[in-house]
Amino acid sequence: MGDQAHHHEESFVSKYVFSQDHKMISKQFLVTAIVMGVVAVMLSVFFRLQLGWPGESFAILETFLGKWAPDGVLDRNAYLALVTIHGTIMVFFVLTGGLSGTFSNLLIPLQIGARDMASGFLNMLSYWFFLFSSVIMIFSLFVEGGAASGGWTVYPPLSALPQAMPGSGMGMTLWLISMVLFVVSSLLGGLNYVVTIINLRTKGMSMTRLPLTIWAFMVTAILGVLSFPVLVSAVVLLLMDRTMGTAFYLSDIFIGGEALDVTGGSPILYQHLFWFLGHPEVYIVLLPALGISSEVIATNARKPIFGYKAMVGSLLGIGFLSFIVWGHHMFVTGMNPFIGSVFVFTTLLIAIPSAVKAFNYITTLWKGNIRFSPAMLFSIGLVSTFVTGGLTGIILADSALDVNVHDTYFVVAHFHIVMGMSAIFGMLAGVYHWFPKMFGRMMNNKLGFVHFWITIVAGYGVFFPMHFVGIAGAPRRYYEYSNFEFLNGVQDLQPIISTFAIVGAIGQLFFLFNFFYSIRYGQKAVQNPWKSNTLEWTTPVKHLHGNWDGPLPIVHRWAYDYSNPVHEEDFVLQTTPPLDGEVMH
Amino acid sequence: MKLLILLVVVLGLVAAVQLSKIYQLSISLRGKREEEISEADNRMNGGLWLVFMVLFYASFIVLLIRYGDYLPPSASVHGLAVDQLMNFNMAIIFAVFFLVNTLLFWFSAKYYYRADRKATFYSHDNKLELIWTVIPSIVLAVIIAFGLRTWNEMTGEAADDAIRVEMYSKQFDWTARYPGNDGEFGLANYNLITPLNALGIVTEEGVESALEEIEVKIAKLEDEIAYEKGHLLDEREELMERLHEDDHGHGHAHTEHDHSGDANHVDQDGHDDHADHGDHGDAPHNGLKALLESRISEIDHMLESDKVIILTEAAYEAKEDKLYRLKRHRTRIMEIGEFNFDGELSAWDAGRDDRIVKGEFHLPLGREVEFVFRSRDVIHSAYMPHFRTQMNSVPGVPTRFKMTPIISTDSMRMILDDPDFDYVLLCNKVCGAAHFNMQMKIVIESQEAYDAWLNEQDPFLVKEGEEESETEKATAEVASENITASL
Repeated sequence: MGDQAHHHEESFVSKYVFSQDHKMISKQFLVTAIVMGVVAVMLSVFFRLQLGWPGESFAILETFLGKWAPDGVLDRNAYLALVTIHGTIMVFFVLTGGLSGTFSNLLIPLQIGARDMASGFLNMLSYWFFLFSSVIMIFSLFVEGGAASGGWTVYPPLSALPQAMPGSGMGMTLWLISMVLFVVSSLLGGLNYVVTIINLRTKGMSMTRLPLTIWAFMVTAILGVLSFPVLVSAVVLLLMDRTMGTAFYLSDIFIGGEALDVTGGSPILYQHLFWFLGHPEVYIVLLPALGISSEVIATNARKPIFGYKAMVGSLLGIGFLSFIVWGHHMFVTGMNPFIGSVFVFTTLLIAIPSAVKAFNYITTLWKGNIRFSPAMLFSIGLVSTFVTGGLTGIILADSALDVNVHDTYFVVAHFHIVMGMSAIFGMLAGVYHWFPKMFGRMMNNKLGFVHFWITIVAGYGVFFPMHFVGIAGAPRRYYEYSNFEFLNGVQDLQPIISTFAIVGAIGQLFFLFNFFYSIRYGQKAVQNPWKSNTLEWTTPVKHLHGNWDGPLPIVHRWAYDYSNPVHEEDFVLQTTPPLDGEVMH
Repeated sequence: MKLLILLVVVLGLVAAVQLSKIYQLSISLRGKREEEISEADNRMNGGLWLVFMVLFYASFIVLLIRYGDYLPPSASVHGLAVDQLMNFNMAIIFAVFFLVNTLLFWFSAKYYYRADRKATFYSHDNKLELIWTVIPSIVLAVIIAFGLRTWNEMTGEAADDAIRVEMYSKQFDWTARYPGNDGEFGLANYNLITPLNALGIVTEEGVESALEEIEVKIAKLEDEIAYEKGHLLDEREELMERLHEDDHGHGHAHTEHDHSGDANHVDQDGHDDHADHGDHGDAPHNGLKALLESRISEIDHMLESDKVIILTEAAYEAKEDKLYRLKRHRTRIMEIGEFNFDGELSAWDAGRDDRIVKGEFHLPLGREVEFVFRSRDVIHSAYMPHFRTQMNSVPGVPTRFKMTPIISTDSMRMILDDPDFDYVLLCNKVCGAAHFNMQMKIVIESQEAYDAWLNEQDPFLVKEGEEESETEKATAEVASENITASL
């Protein structure tokens, strides 16, 4: 009996814990990201309570935050810690690790016709580093002095000097260590994705037949592999400034009644290094979401994605340009104005491939036959947020205009809509769409509809009014605004924003319930529920190690032959050989 | 109240979940598949896109009317160009926003799924794609051209006759410095910062007083280290042991002698007179004995003094570290002093008549002003939204921004019909707990009023003795507490 139990346990460990199967690793990433996402959303609700109703007492704050919210009022330092960790978790753990980790892992082997990733072992390591760094990041919330509090960009000297604020103590060190581990995870994953896509495509799967998801994941992985090492450098130098008395980022500082023994460093150097990753990072977050939505929109509109080649071209264009625009985060650092002009130019160029993508999505919908699955709703929502948020980027990219809205709520509105909402929408679309592939069951549609409509209304409700708060001159990362009379007029927007934030957060319970309930009790899935063309739907519903039972499938056509008039059905699997006399794309 | 609302929402959610369970049960009984989304559902979602669009646009327009024009007209010259550029860009953005979102929502609503039709197979159209590549390119070229023109105007060199003001930032306030009658700022060095010289302005007196202050700090710390009870007792015990051994075992005299030298090294910095004895390698044993005895009696004396303190090992080491750092600081101050005696720098005297102001600063109407930003501790950002002006203030890297105010405080009060209105400088780079209240009032007034105000401000060296403010002391104390906590 005991023997049996032991045997059972071992198989559980190798199946669910130390798995090297890409499908299981994908699920591990997803569940970890959902947990991290819940934490990040809760943190945001906590600080939105303070911003919406400053100084008012909320029992819930004291319950969750204890000494950080004495008498139910959020402490000032705790406010900054919440803002910082919310941003860090969302950007890195949910939208980078969670999004790429889940869908690159799930879809790359399945959609290119491979039995697994090039290296299953590295893939497993990638997850474990991710989990380890997530645990450290969460743990940093509980150390003496609190978590890192200098904003998710952790600019030195604030982040370098424990004297500067309580959050620059142990919490900051853990933040940096967690980030190094995170980058290791990201690099292991990214290298694996690129190698797999280049080497393991099945017969007939030429690069021009790849689904757009795979193109997006590949460009994302390349961006990550090229830019994350620079973040490691930035972070390690900062660690050395903190612990070993170096002065890479420090010069001429007098703090805590003491003139520090540091000269010759530059805080601006950190910003250059950070944003050299930081801007590609925005696209590392966004591109997978765009890839997912391309796939979901084509499948559910029952139409080929419009302008496949232009879509690939714009992905590559955005990917390339994202490396030469980082300076637009630094227009007001005193950077040489001429260099500023160069960054204005390169940044605004990104609008061109972005516009092409938006128009192509819309043309894909035109004269389609749109099936509004929850995934489709989220993908259409993504196109809207991508356009709405992207447009305000034109203001921020224009250095002369950026001066007056830099670091205000206008920026908060911009990046939450274009990056936050779009990427989350893409991720949720992916979850709804590929849930049957991951878990062999269906999610409930009605709950999905409710979830979507609450999320888009609440999302826009939170972030759209922030444009107006920002244009009125309200800086971000302020604990409250009552000290500035000129901002009184826009203060009545804050409780509205906070209310939408609470509603939006509660709306996510529809998703959480639907997700976890459907894993156990959802309707059993059929092999190709969405009548899709791509290879993942040719594998059996029940997962096999190696994906296909027999030989690997052979690909004969591109991924987007939806409603092809030559064929009777409104979809044609990529494995279908050409009909007699069919003109192939 | 809020909690009640929360409770209601949660209960509502639970109810919804229960309903959906029942619903799910019923559809599984009927055998309906999840992926077969009914025509009614498709039509509903298509229609909801239109409803959403109407609500979205309506709330946008309400926001625009109510809050769109919130910041008053620009009070600086370059700000007028910025506002113009903003309006131009906004017009384009609005057009694209409405066009693209409308097409998106409208197509979504119109082409919802019906089983009896098939989508149009339309995979690409080079002409169309060329059009929507070229048109955005042209529009963006125009945006870039206009943007860079304004940017170049804003960031050009300041005029020779521009007023120069230094804005100095620290956690959590701003200080403005105007050059005195010589029109020149004095040099500043962060090593010279003292409560009396908050900006670290370099003068002979500045160097002297900084040196005095650091000597006091060093002496105090040395005293504390010397009077630490645990270390005194340890030392005493060791000396006693040696004394004891000295009486008995002459054979080991040499090694023991070396040891006693080491023991005295512990407080070499504070008590050089004792440490020196370590060098007397050939001293007779009686001399050594006397030495040990005198040190022991001194220790006994010290232990009775009320200066004795008890520290943990960590705190003791922290104090030693701090002492080391203070001595390094003293060296740096002395280097500045030496520099003075060698050279003939006029800037050494330029600082004496600089005018330093806190709380509010004044600028004359219609004169160009060039700000130089310096920071003492972390990055801050000087944000003056009414002047469309912002620049980071970075420790170790001075930055600049120029502007010309064109609306006086009084005129702006009339424009806004608000007698209490004041221009303000905010901190816009997160800098710590009180970041949200790091501000300084700006007064724009006529040249005459400005001149009169500036003349009222005392030159730097005259003001000495009344500079230190309460908040500054408090900040320093809080900061040093943080150090201890983190150690």
